[in-house]
Amino acid sequence: MTTTWDLRGESGEPQPVPPHTTITTTFPTIEPLAAVAVPSAVHGESPSTGPAEPGTVVDLSDPAPSATHISSAPQTTVTRRIQVGAQEPTAFNAGAGDVEPDRPRSRVKELPRDIGTKTVDDRMSFWGSLTSSFALVWVLYYQILPFTGRIGFVVLWWVGFLAIYAGVTAMSNPAVVVKDRLAGAVVSSGALIVFGTLATAIVFTFGRGIEALLNPGFFTHDMSGVRPTSPLDQGGILHAIVGSIIEVGIAIIITLPLGIGAAVYMNEVGGRFSRVVRTIIEAMTALPSVVAGLFIYTVVIVVLGFPRTGIAAALAISVMMLPIIARSADVVIRTMPGGLREASLALGSSKWQTVKQVVLPTVRPGLATALILGIARGVGETSPVLLTSGASTYLTYSPFSDPNVTQQPMNSLPLFVFSAVRSGEPLFIARGFGAAAVLMVLVLILFVITRWLARERIGRR
Amino acid sequence: MTALLDPESDVSPSPGLDDDRPRSIDPALPRVDKVFHASALGIGITVLVIMGAIGVFLGWQSIPTFKRYGWGFFTENQWQPEKDVIGISAVLLGTFTIALVAISIAFPLALSSAIYISEYAPPRLKNLLVSLVDLMAAVPSIIWGLWGFFLIQPKAIHLAHWFHTHMGWVPFFHVDTDPEASSWAQSRYAASAFIAGIAVAMMVVPMAAAIMRQVFSQAPIGEREAALGLGATRWGMIRAVVLPFGRGGIIGGSMLALGRALGETIAVVLIISPAFDIKFRPLEVGTESVSALIAGRFGEATSNQLSALLTAGFVLFIITLIINTLAAMIVSRSRSGAQTD
Repeated sequence: MTTTWDLRGESGEPQPVPPHTTITTTFPTIEPLAAVAVPSAVHGESPSTGPAEPGTVVDLSDPAPSATHISSAPQTTVTRRIQVGAQEPTAFNAGAGDVEPDRPRSRVKELPRDIGTKTVDDRMSFWGSLTSSFALVWVLYYQILPFTGRIGFVVLWWVGFLAIYAGVTAMSNPAVVVKDRLAGAVVSSGALIVFGTLATAIVFTFGRGIEALLNPGFFTHDMSGVRPTSPLDQGGILHAIVGSIIEVGIAIIITLPLGIGAAVYMNEVGGRFSRVVRTIIEAMTALPSVVAGLFIYTVVIVVLGFPRTGIAAALAISVMMLPIIARSADVVIRTMPGGLREASLALGSSKWQTVKQVVLPTVRPGLATALILGIARGVGETSPVLLTSGASTYLTYSPFSDPNVTQQPMNSLPLFVFSAVRSGEPLFIARGFGAAAVLMVLVLILFVITRWLARERIGRR
Repeated sequence: MTALLDPESDVSPSPGLDDDRPRSIDPALPRVDKVFHASALGIGITVLVIMGAIGVFLGWQSIPTFKRYGWGFFTENQWQPEKDVIGISAVLLGTFTIALVAISIAFPLALSSAIYISEYAPPRLKNLLVSLVDLMAAVPSIIWGLWGFFLIQPKAIHLAHWFHTHMGWVPFFHVDTDPEASSWAQSRYAASAFIAGIAVAMMVVPMAAAIMRQVFSQAPIGEREAALGLGATRWGMIRAVVLPFGRGGIIGGSMLALGRALGETIAVVLIISPAFDIKFRPLEVGTESVSALIAGRFGEATSNQLSALLTAGFVLFIITLIINTLAAMIVSRSRSGAQTD
């Protein structure tokens, strides 16, 4: 009998038994019980830290001391030692249930120790192998053997480097270390290729585009009446920039409420039907963008008979962006800590109030990130606009068709780049690269905003 | 003890006095919530209808094509609407050739950069590198197309020629021209699936690398430390802990990348020159992919041809859908063991 009452007292009603006293006394023996017994919100938010005994309670309910302790530690190898020591209390605090909002902070601080300490021997064998293989391969490749070409040289230099590096390492190290060094060298060079490629793509685009970009008229004129062969100080890409902004703007107006609304529906309302919606949305992320364009082309232009306009391009971009935004918004809302939502519901707010006051404000940076990544895709994708709008040469602000004009296509940046490059005229290609550089800058700006928002989120919690 | 096991006997017989049945925590919804539920459901249905309509429309449009051409649609290689000969076998083969070239280039690069970021990179650089990978994913495909066409193609021609000269006995590297000729035909090596594959590879590397890195970074810290504590080198730890743990991520990430590579359009259109032969010679000039076919032929298509193009698009969509679904399953299964915290 007494046992039953005791259990109910702890799990059901917090009033009869003061929670803090039970926990502090029973903590070493029945820790899991304590973890189950006290709801996190009550425990964390209750102002009762004052009345209870100061020493033990602070340790339990307020994670701040331990957290600051971790964060103030220097980020060197010493950190690791402290963290290993600090890990157990952290885990316990998590069990007690009130460190939920603190999680990201402690996760950021959990840097692994640096296992790449390098001795002089390591550095010397690396740089020595690099230079000696360069010299050796240069002599063999260009002076003795009848080879030419830079690609072959670099490949052989790399192979020679690996061989010499392995040999040098093997002189004073066991085979395990040789393998480790070789693997490290191969992995690092793979990463180097990837980031080097990204750099070449950006530098190449700007390098070829700078010629067109330097003309001030490039941003203030359109191409009406300008021939593809005209010099670069005539004409510009204003129409493409305006077209891109209008088309993507319309696409945002369509996809933002639908995407985020669908994500809210899937997470906050739920039910069996929401699983169907989620499945379909995930399936549609597999839709190739050109098929999305072809769908809008067939329905809007061929079947319904509308001319090729900016609105059709905007629709195609929307169809492409909607699953991307809905899916990432879904992920963002799903990973929101459930404690916040539960706290709001427990305080008696309705679901709508919870969504409006708690869920959406909490995940706003994540949603912004999802949106901007979707926009970056939408701005850069060429194939939907290629199918649904034409590469016009003049500036138009209206995405709709004008009854006086039979065709009123709206150009956009990726489409302009595509048609310019396809023309084969060197001067027009230069314009295309200029437009590509503008597109790249646009994506970079969107990207920096995304990063900034994402960092904001970590800082706020 | 019996009292404990059987709570019914413990409850006093009069209901309502000490009734400890749980109260209903699902009361009638307030009006605000009814409106909220209804409108959220409405948005959900709208999205479902829009998305579902595309799939249904594509499938529905494919019916006449399948009726007209039957299985010949998959076995015929020519695309000559004027002669009423339409089939996608060569196009599908070209699509897969480009995607395979792309994946075989992208896979080692993505794997090594993912390992580098999660295991080798100095902690201070790590976040920067992660954002760089994301930035690479955000670079518009047209820019990779320009990069491949203007920067890579002139060099890749020589590379292809070298492959042909020295490894031409492998059917994969064969090109239908004489490699030893004093002035070898550069145009035979241009505009090939190989070059398109390089450009597409750069588009899918960040995608695969991001997924792989995410899975690698979830490898349990305890096992890493155990391996290191037992004296493993860094590579030993990676091989014993990180790679086995991340196998699902490696496979799934590459498959997602493959799905993306199959649907890539504009870079392929820029680089390749269309050809409808059944061949598996990626170094040789001329190939065709489904998306490039759609982008190149939609303009002059009559309604019949349009439905044939839609069918080709539908087939492509189904293929990417299957690949993506499999990949998502593999990735999520590999992550299911990750929740150790």
